[in-house]
Amino acid sequence: MTLIGYYPGCSLHGTGRELDQSIRALSEVAGVELKEIEDWNCCGATAAHCLSHDLAVALPYRCLALAEQQGMKEVLAPCAACFSRLKGTAVRLERSAELMARMKELTGHDFHGGVKLLNIIEYINFLLAHGLKEKLNPALTGLKVAPYYGCLLARGEDVITDNAEHPTGMEAAIRATGAEPVEWNFAVECCGGGFSMSKTEAVLDLSHAILADAEAAGAQLIVAGCPMCHSNLDMRQQTINAAGMGNHDLPILYLSELVGLAAGLDPARLGLDRHFVDAMRLAPGRA
Amino acid sequence: MTKAHESHEPTLAEKLHKATGANVVECYQCGKCTAGCPMARFMDLAPSQVMRLVQIGDAAALAKLLTSTAIWSCAGCLTCTERCPKKLDPAAVMDGLREMSYRRGMVSARQKKVLAFHRAFLKLVEHTGRMSEMPLTGLYKMTTGDFFSDVTLAPAMMLRGKLPLVPKTVRHRKEMRRLFAACRQGGER
Amino acid sequence: MARVGVFICHCGENIGRSVDCAAVAAAAAKMPGVVVGVDYKYMCSDPGQQMIKQAIQEKKLTGVIVGACSPRMHETTFRRAAAEAGLNPYLLEMANLREHCSWVHQDREAATAKAIDLVRVMVEKVKRNRRLFPIRVPVEPTALVIGGGIAGIQAALDIANGGKKVILVEKSPSLGGHMARLSETFPTLDCSQCILTPRMVEAASHPNITLMTYCEVEAVEGFVGNFDVTVRKKARFVDPTKCTGCGSCYQKCPAKKIPSEFDARLGNRTAIYTPFPQAVPNKPVIDAEHCIMLTKGKCGACAKVCPRGAINYKDQDEHVKIKVGAIVLATGFELWDHSAYGEYGAGRLKDVIDGFQFERLASASGPTGGEIRRPSDGTAPQTVVFIKCCGSRDEKIGKSYCSKICCMYIAKHAMLYKHKVHGGRAVVFYMDIRAAGKGYDEFVRRAIEEDGVEYVRGRVSRVYRRADGKLIVRGADTLAGQPVTIEADMVVLADAIVPRQGAESLAQMLGVAYDTNGFYSEAHPKLRPVETATAGVFLAGACQAPKDIPDTVAQAGAAAAKVLGLFANPELEREPVVARVNQVTCVHCRACINACPYHAIEDFDITDSKGNVLRTVARVNEGLCQGCGTCVAVCRSNSIDLDGFTDEQIYAEIETLE
Repeated sequence: MTLIGYYPGCSLHGTGRELDQSIRALSEVAGVELKEIEDWNCCGATAAHCLSHDLAVALPYRCLALAEQQGMKEVLAPCAACFSRLKGTAVRLERSAELMARMKELTGHDFHGGVKLLNIIEYINFLLAHGLKEKLNPALTGLKVAPYYGCLLARGEDVITDNAEHPTGMEAAIRATGAEPVEWNFAVECCGGGFSMSKTEAVLDLSHAILADAEAAGAQLIVAGCPMCHSNLDMRQQTINAAGMGNHDLPILYLSELVGLAAGLDPARLGLDRHFVDAMRLAPGRA
Repeated sequence: MTKAHESHEPTLAEKLHKATGANVVECYQCGKCTAGCPMARFMDLAPSQVMRLVQIGDAAALAKLLTSTAIWSCAGCLTCTERCPKKLDPAAVMDGLREMSYRRGMVSARQKKVLAFHRAFLKLVEHTGRMSEMPLTGLYKMTTGDFFSDVTLAPAMMLRGKLPLVPKTVRHRKEMRRLFAACRQGGER
Repeated sequence: MARVGVFICHCGENIGRSVDCAAVAAAAAKMPGVVVGVDYKYMCSDPGQQMIKQAIQEKKLTGVIVGACSPRMHETTFRRAAAEAGLNPYLLEMANLREHCSWVHQDREAATAKAIDLVRVMVEKVKRNRRLFPIRVPVEPTALVIGGGIAGIQAALDIANGGKKVILVEKSPSLGGHMARLSETFPTLDCSQCILTPRMVEAASHPNITLMTYCEVEAVEGFVGNFDVTVRKKARFVDPTKCTGCGSCYQKCPAKKIPSEFDARLGNRTAIYTPFPQAVPNKPVIDAEHCIMLTKGKCGACAKVCPRGAINYKDQDEHVKIKVGAIVLATGFELWDHSAYGEYGAGRLKDVIDGFQFERLASASGPTGGEIRRPSDGTAPQTVVFIKCCGSRDEKIGKSYCSKICCMYIAKHAMLYKHKVHGGRAVVFYMDIRAAGKGYDEFVRRAIEEDGVEYVRGRVSRVYRRADGKLIVRGADTLAGQPVTIEADMVVLADAIVPRQGAESLAQMLGVAYDTNGFYSEAHPKLRPVETATAGVFLAGACQAPKDIPDTVAQAGAAAAKVLGLFANPELEREPVVARVNQVTCVHCRACINACPYHAIEDFDITDSKGNVLRTVARVNEGLCQGCGTCVAVCRSNSIDLDGFTDEQIYAEIETLE
């Protein structure tokens, strides 16, 4: 059985729980074993790179070192922010022996490079290519989906390989479910990210614009790849409506949830019952 | 960096060049970063003005930068860096300035909430190795005194199983504290 | 017996400051073979030259050394003086005591000693110099101009009016180039076709100009004064000798939906077509790729209606060989493809257009009859945003250089728009305004101050199309320090100017250098802007660098002047510093032929009186040889030597120093 290292990241046990559930479920269907990195720590997310460059590198460094020590050649980080931190750090370390030495000193761990990072899109495409495609039933025919990459699944030289202005990484997976990706304008626009609590107004503003554009393009749902984006678009959708900014009713799914539905998995197992905006209605067979 | 300047105290642009790999001197002030920034309307300085002040780099410019609200309103979305026609990295410059501002205790009073959030986040990571929404929110609200916003969300989240009451931690908690202490020693780059 | 004269120049203070010139002259006078050694303040001046000439005659000198500046400065001057005094000019050499000595050393004693060494070395060389005589090459006094736009037309007219014959080759069916597509030109807002078409007609009817339209240059061989060019005459399928240009054919052609290249794909043309009504020659051609008869064997409508029977579906490409003495490259430019700009819609937004498309909209003979209309729905745009520097000055995507003309044509576009759509709003996003020509700055100020065009300093981050059809433009105002969003109906992008497709392969055909951006390289950026490093090939217009019409016309005239200068004499005189093969010892290994960067060495058959080939050896074509010496270095049998820099002479220099 193929073994992939798993870095859930802090949000996947909390607000991003559906992502964790659906990714695990899909992996099982595809016959891939996800092995969580033993004793992984928080990657530092936005807070670390805003306040301390050393910390911003040292925290991911420790995770990479642990993964290597535990014999993992590939690591999946489903959260786009975690992926950005981990892979960005791996690339920086590769380029600077000085930085590598410094991190060894700060953390006390050895790391030699050679751990490959996968984001949710790359991982799902990997699963599709390794037998998952054949197990899908394109039951979501005709469903119009707005693929939302946000910031960190579109941008970041050396970290993201997709086209930054018109990324297409999610397209194959969406089509494999029978759904139809729509052309829309806000696929790579920022949702406000980590400002959910500290600058809520900005988040509401930016997220509302994303929802509105998806609706104008005829989308019936948005597929996201980042728990932060998901939270801003899903959990805050009610708040946006309450503030009189819009009248949105757009389910927000993770790519893994969408693909999971086409794999015939029980929606509850995928976490669809945990959404703020009703996502259960998208399950095939329901109204 | 020009050879003629090797023997002096590094300029702000030179320091940031070393830290970010991008030489702000090359910025020709086209404004594309400002044009694409989702948070620009919340900033007291436009991103291109931040770059300009770094170019000026004197004490007055530095003070303006480090006490600005702009650097704390940046979402790190990377739109500026992605589209910069000179292949510079305004996002990394923002990071560098944030770190300086924080270390020197010059964070704008109007950005208390943002700073409080980051600090609460890191405090949790320092002591438990992980971040968890419940203690994070608690710590953040205590620091900001903002108890009432988002209050209705907490039970909704709990109902959906998204707010674990018992957060997980790493086993090697001492190691985390040592790591944080070592980074603090590091000093400004 | 050698009788060498040595003349040391002080060059004012330039040499005299670091080198004791009197001492050098005195030391030189004692060198073996030297009969006179003197010094003087300014050798290149009239008295200085007189000194040399007198000494040549009085002392019957067999060689002269002038110890002074670099030969690049005054070798020609001194050699001319020697020739006037009756001494073969190649028996005069210079010792560089300035650039190689006084300018780079401070220690007077050491510099003087070095100067003496340098003089001694050159004395030994010149003693071994032989008389050389300029090489004469015949010149075919016909010019080839490649490219029928304003640059090519102007160059052709100037050469033709100078009394020499010109062949003007243009690959599209008509003359006119890009200038024919413009509506009005800056800064006068002259109607472009009105000022251009008279020239087109003049070029077509000039007795000295042979027009070859719908033709392409396929191969070029030979050298300056003697180029052999193969031109492919593409099949027109219409006999121009019979065709009267009545137009019945294209009125009846059923294949009507072919995107017109001339109209920048905003309008259509037929398969049998002239690119525009004022085409010169006004004779249609058939586009074989889209003609129903030529692709499917059906139709034949044009042949049926042609009153002169001029249609010939059996036409074939034809190759024509021509002999010319000079070539002027005037291949022009095109616009960079902005579909690389994802943030501006990746070329997929219909109402985001380029400069030429705007010109065709504004042009009275364009697809909308001169009305500015959105390509998507044909309505008149009420707000137009113009974005400058799209692909220029961009190190990430596009080109690093400035395209020079966009600041002016965007101001023009904005003005034309304001004149045509009353009450419309024009916004120009810019980084800088480059309006350095005559009347140019005033023109831009007029756009802002009189026509109300809004100039906003800042680049645009993104353009996208909202569901209601509006184009949302996210720009910035760096002077006010804030982002600016405009809801536009149309966006015009000032795309970078790049050389035409195929420019590089043409350059390779001619052996002309081009830079990393594909623009043809001039021989010297300051002082030789219309010549290339390849003798006999000249440049005119935007193929060399982005430029506007006045500069293009000026450059075309300059190129024509160079051509006329070349043709002024029936023979061309070249410096005799060329390689020479010793045919006795040459073993025909062809190493020199393969090594020569100028293709100047050829195989040569030595025949007996009956024409039987006895041996084949290498032979240097004196017309092409540039005297670089590469062949001398690779020859294994020591059979090649370089006149003026023979092995003997060079070894003498080296041995003198040891």
